[in-house]
Amino acid sequence: MNYKIENIKTFNVSKALKLDCGQTVKDFPLAYETYGKLNKSKDNAILVFHALTGDQFVSGINPVTKKEGWWVTAVGPGKAIDTNKYFVICANVIGGCMGSWGPKEIDKKTREPYGLNFPVVTIRDMVKAQETLLDHLGIEKLLCATGGSMGGMQLLEFCTIFPNKTFSAIPIACSTSHSAQNIALNELARQAIMADPVWDKGKYLAKNVQPKNGLAVARMVGHISYLSEKGMQEKFGRKLQEKADYEFSFDANFQVESYLRHQGSTFVERFDANSILYITRAMDYFDLSKHFKNGLIEAFRNQKTKFLVISFSSDWLYTTKENKDIVIALNASGADVSFSEIKTDKGHDSFLVNETEFLKTLKGFIDSMHVKFKNEKRI
Amino acid sequence: MKKEFKVIADLLPNNVRVLDVGCGDGSLMSHLIAEKNIEARGLELKKENVTKCIYKGLPVIEGNAETELNQFPNQSFDFVILSQTLQAFYNPEKVLKDLLRIGKSVIISIPNFGYWKVRTSLLFFGKMPVTKTLPNSWYNTPNLHMCTIKDLFDFCVKKRIKIKKAVGINENKTSEITKNNLEIKNFFSKLGIFLIS
Repeated sequence: MNYKIENIKTFNVSKALKLDCGQTVKDFPLAYETYGKLNKSKDNAILVFHALTGDQFVSGINPVTKKEGWWVTAVGPGKAIDTNKYFVICANVIGGCMGSWGPKEIDKKTREPYGLNFPVVTIRDMVKAQETLLDHLGIEKLLCATGGSMGGMQLLEFCTIFPNKTFSAIPIACSTSHSAQNIALNELARQAIMADPVWDKGKYLAKNVQPKNGLAVARMVGHISYLSEKGMQEKFGRKLQEKADYEFSFDANFQVESYLRHQGSTFVERFDANSILYITRAMDYFDLSKHFKNGLIEAFRNQKTKFLVISFSSDWLYTTKENKDIVIALNASGADVSFSEIKTDKGHDSFLVNETEFLKTLKGFIDSMHVKFKNEKRI
Repeated sequence: MKKEFKVIADLLPNNVRVLDVGCGDGSLMSHLIAEKNIEARGLELKKENVTKCIYKGLPVIEGNAETELNQFPNQSFDFVILSQTLQAFYNPEKVLKDLLRIGKSVIISIPNFGYWKVRTSLLFFGKMPVTKTLPNSWYNTPNLHMCTIKDLFDFCVKKRIKIKKAVGINENKTSEITKNNLEIKNFFSKLGIFLIS
């Protein structure tokens, strides 16, 4: 990445955190951002977990990239998650590259960027680190926690580790563990990065260079998986890129090629290649039932949180079936759960775009939960 | 039908766990939460109804009762309610079996095809009946398996399903259905409500 991470909010996690890999860490930075105001009764806090390539800048303008926040369609004044009404918090995951403790940070021992010396972190580790932020902000119980894709995985993990930390939860387009296909796609992304000679076993930062080509290919893989076949066909078809006919060359002849190349080249500006390795690895290791002998049902036992699971009909990365399995497990453990499948051609990315039915559902649930949470607090 | 809600509420003790299959816009769940403080869950097929439930803060799962009841574990609810939808299933017998598996008790209401106005419509006018409880024409009705109060009664006897209580509703009057008054109630009730287990 080419941006300097300056003038962002960070919180020092002073509490010792035992990582899944066995290492214990403390005194590391967690970068975060908040939107709206926490009210006096503290019943309006919403925690958002970001996805693989997201960051803490959910809404407004990202001060680092100067581009719109990644969930500006859903979060902001007057939006489905209305920041005039709610206090929205989002933290950059550990292993990330937007100011939180990650592989591009300086290792105090070697005084060089961690690179591959950074510990392999898990979704659980990410979630535990973020929980400490709630204490720091003085929030005992959240009104709602939500996240799509890897954000949804963090959310499910959060609910099982801290069963009474949020009144309601909206996991979106996610699953309780990575499928073979999910792992395969992530491996493709990792191999693309590692095959770039500039990557140099992760030590590129010390030389002030970046494996741009590998990282761009990794991003292209991701982008293909975020769109549906139909959505892609409708958007690009076989349309040529500013050309009347084939060029008989390997430049971007087709619009879809040009689109992927563009996505790849802009991504390398804002993301660290090693972070992709670490975060995709965390996703692959994710298996919600791993820490419970009797699987998912036990994982969700004693849940007081009210869930709304949302899936998208054309999402082939985390399918409706996988999302329904979450619902079935929640149901079987007696939890309060709602489920809605949004019919759309926009694929996995549906939660990031202006999908009316989805945003309407999100708003309806959060607003009704706010009423219930206020009542509960009063009693 | 508000009367139906009242009869169903009267069949329920307080604070029980209830699954409303085909919960529509959640009106019955809301009513039962207010009256009996139940812990409610809904299953609903239609998107607009699912969204309405979510707006009301009611827990609802979008899904098809015909194919997706297997997600609910055995005896996981005190009561399962099926309000005026039994006749719309391809395989009502299978659905009924599933409901009895999921719920310790089951409450079913049916629009009674044995109601006298329904009978006379066919008898005197030779046309498929269209009434308040059966508002659709033959070509657009969702109802595939119409039955009468007597049919359901006989079905329960045949399948050894215990009828704990049966109530007939006609306009604003409700009355208990027994083996002895079955013929007459089958003639005068618009709606039949069965509590079975």
